[in-house]
Amino acid sequence: MTELPWQDQVYAALKRAGVKQLAYVPDAGHARVIEMAHADNDMHAVVCTTEEEGIALSAGAYLGGQRSVLLMQSSGVGNCINMLSLPINCRMPFFTIITMRGEWGEFNPWQVPMGSATEAVLKAAGVHVRRAERADEVVDIVAASATLAFDSHIPVAVLLSQRLIGAKVWTK
Amino acid sequence: MSGGNLDRRAVAAKLVQTADAAPGGPLLVVCGLGSAVYDIGAAGDRPENFYLWGAMGGAAMIGLGLALAQPSRRVLVVTGDGEALMGLGALATVAAMAPANLSIVILDNGQFGETGHQRSHTSLGTDLSVVARGCGWRNVAVVDDMAGVDALAPRLQAEALLAVIRISPAEVPRFLPPRDGAMLTLRLRQAIGVAPD
Repeated sequence: MTELPWQDQVYAALKRAGVKQLAYVPDAGHARVIEMAHADNDMHAVVCTTEEEGIALSAGAYLGGQRSVLLMQSSGVGNCINMLSLPINCRMPFFTIITMRGEWGEFNPWQVPMGSATEAVLKAAGVHVRRAERADEVVDIVAASATLAFDSHIPVAVLLSQRLIGAKVWTK
Repeated sequence: MSGGNLDRRAVAAKLVQTADAAPGGPLLVVCGLGSAVYDIGAAGDRPENFYLWGAMGGAAMIGLGLALAQPSRRVLVVTGDGEALMGLGALATVAAMAPANLSIVILDNGQFGETGHQRSHTSLGTDLSVVARGCGWRNVAVVDDMAGVDALAPRLQAEALLAVIRISPAEVPRFLPPRDGAMLTLRLRQAIGVAPD
């Protein structure tokens, strides 16, 4: 029996954690999980125009008794900073999975400044940060981080390294 | 499409009365940062109210998350033109999800009242009702008088409605409802009947 791709296992981990709302600003690295969320009748998949919408959605979900996750890429973290005051002030869980750009074989220089600042910015805003570098650790890190967020009522981000995701290949 | 003549406190009182009298149970009211918080609080604090003292631009999306999580309850977002403008994309996101149990009321006075009465975009050409329609909202109302506010009541209790209510830019006495986010969160969850975790 072949093992499922890690992306499928990440979705299964989110389901086991009880996630019912999945907000996202699309990224190629999240494409499989987004596709699975839309195919799942027991998941609200919410496409956002900007990342901070997903933080506010998560707060509303928690008020109504549901768990949620926000999927974004590192360039979106900068859009989120002030909205992070919401889960922190309200002692709500917040869980996000972030695909990294600008750090491994990056072709696009415009991705580098935010990618370089992502972890420091999140920590400065009060978010607990975990990082997955290898396919064989990502599911455990996602599952443990979801528990940390939901059961300890704190904001937690999992960074999926660009080496894990695969650098975007550009052709002319 | 800037501010109008309506007394914002009279409008808020009617909205809270509408929320309390809803046939399906009290509406869950999310109040956007700024004067909408003071207005709804002044109409009488209630556990179903969630006041935002920050997170500007987040009110509509909090309403969406709550509405999706609680499909048997009805949610009302009350906010101002400035807060709605900061989260303009949320009007598209909410419309895309089209929850049947969420309405949004924008109290439009055409200015940023909290920060020195600078004119907002609704005084400079933006019509939020047209924006909402463009985002895909099917039920949109613009209200200029109290009869119109009264007529909104049954719609806010039953439809997925976005209403722009044109209120006077006149200042009213400040009223400060609770601002402890953790308390407001716990209180609302208890009012809904969500088990503690």
